[in-house]
Amino acid sequence: MLTAAAATVGSRRRVTGRQIAGRSVPYFLLLPVVGVLAAILGYPIYFLVKLSLQRYGLPELVQRHGEYIGLDNFRAVLHDPLFWHVLLRTVVFTAVNVGLTIVLGTLGALLLVRVSTWLRLLLTIGLVLVWAMPPVVAVQVWQWMTNSQNGVLNYILTQLHVGNYFQHNWYETTFSSYAMVTSLIVWGAIPFVVITVYAALSQVPRELLEAAQIDGARAWRIFKDVTLPVLMPVLLILTSLSIIWDFGAFTQPYLLIGPGQQTSSNYLMSTYLYYEGFGKNDFGTGAAISLLMLVIVAGLSVVYVRRMLRVGEEA
Amino acid sequence: MSRRRTGRLGWNVVGIVVFGVMVFPVFWMITTALKSNNQIYSFNPVWFPRHPILGHFSDAIHRPYFWTDVKNTVIVVVATVAIALALSFFAAIALAKYRFTGRKLFIVLVIAIQMLPQAGLIIPLYILLGRFPTGNLVNTLTGVILVYLTFALPFCVWTLRGFVLGIPKDLEEAAMVDGSSRIGAFIRILLPLVAPGLVATSVFAFITSWNEFIFASTLLHDGSKQTITVWLSLLYGGNRFVDWGAIMAASTLIAIPIVIFFLLVQRRIAFGLTAGAVK
Repeated sequence: MLTAAAATVGSRRRVTGRQIAGRSVPYFLLLPVVGVLAAILGYPIYFLVKLSLQRYGLPELVQRHGEYIGLDNFRAVLHDPLFWHVLLRTVVFTAVNVGLTIVLGTLGALLLVRVSTWLRLLLTIGLVLVWAMPPVVAVQVWQWMTNSQNGVLNYILTQLHVGNYFQHNWYETTFSSYAMVTSLIVWGAIPFVVITVYAALSQVPRELLEAAQIDGARAWRIFKDVTLPVLMPVLLILTSLSIIWDFGAFTQPYLLIGPGQQTSSNYLMSTYLYYEGFGKNDFGTGAAISLLMLVIVAGLSVVYVRRMLRVGEEA
Repeated sequence: MSRRRTGRLGWNVVGIVVFGVMVFPVFWMITTALKSNNQIYSFNPVWFPRHPILGHFSDAIHRPYFWTDVKNTVIVVVATVAIALALSFFAAIALAKYRFTGRKLFIVLVIAIQMLPQAGLIIPLYILLGRFPTGNLVNTLTGVILVYLTFALPFCVWTLRGFVLGIPKDLEEAAMVDGSSRIGAFIRILLPLVAPGLVATSVFAFITSWNEFIFASTLLHDGSKQTITVWLSLLYGGNRFVDWGAIMAASTLIAIPIVIFFLLVQRRIAFGLTAGAVK
């Protein structure tokens, strides 16, 4: 009797122990990732905040100790007209790139539906090829195609009678050099949009399209009233992703315009903070700009994260 | 019917033009690499090299540090992917198969971290690596591997979670009825099933790390310690004469492994970013 009772107590205790152990399993599984991310990302972000509140130049870098100056860095940055110019330029740059990427990508997907099967296959292969190109490689190709001496772009434009582009230097003005950066980024970003939107187009109910056609509705109305509502969730995700990516673009503008040609007249947020930090060795100011940029991007990410969370939980 | 056919023909013409415009830069890269210098610098472009030469390729791979930097890249990329995969596999299982407090917060963090622009993180990472407890990690491959984990880890966790989710619960339960512990069931049943997902995830992490530029170019200063993207970006140089043949040959060589890998996994991974929105 006594032993039986002891046994039940024992087994009950064992079950509870196991339950506790069972409940802690996911935390043990997460521990390695959380630990490493806290060290290589969490701590650096904490350090970034600290840095933005310090005077931190070359002497401080050597001494490994900055001087606390409160919000002075932020005050200086936010009172500098340059910051607002760069922010405006980055916003316009992002809007143009994202707009072109989404519109041209959607048009490409609609085209993909309408061409013959063999051409659809060919186009898909071409798109995936473009998508796979490493950005640094694409920059080299752009530099070669658009250089003023013997770039093929100037030759083609002249031959097509667009104008006389003989030895035209595209990198002379901020506007035309960004036209080149934009063409490069949009070219590289279109395949992802085309292929994703094309997949979403298969969800558009065929009967509805045919009914609309029989009713004699115009192509634009059919697109607006039948196709677009189905595409909306996908377009929303693609747009927010593109905004986040293009707002933080660094490799293409930095390399295509050239590391030596970055000036206050053509900075984007990413290159601006880079040159404030590493160019002027003013890491405190660089950190303040970095932090402002991260906050802006975090704000832009809210739409994307919320949507991913919802679809992720459904899946 | 005939109207429909002419419509199709018109769209095909547009499609061919679009194909030409999109693929032209890749075509131009490869053909330039195969042309003689006379053809490259001729005033009237030569559209297609009739007598392709391989001289620029051998020139490119004999440039200083090409092979050293290829080796560096392989070391960095393989180490990053191996560490990221090993750590994130467990986290992916936790997210896919367990319900627990803090799960949602973790998922939000994993998605949001992937959206952080790398330029915004480079300053603190650079300074902290310079005063790493075990010594200065700026200008070392170890430092770059640590930094690459900041984007590789969250990516692997999120992508692998999707693959683990795709495994039917029945299989896992069948293993538990057999008397295996839950962890045992995971290892014996899940691992083989999730293997294709592991391969796809690692290949994609490989591509992102191989292509990375800003961290590598800021952290690695010596020619003998750089990665191949930094090496390529410096090939342009400050000279008046730019050796486009060699640059295009090197570009082609650097793109080839990535294009092959990309073709292998594109279908599996591409939709992870928009997961669920397209079904």
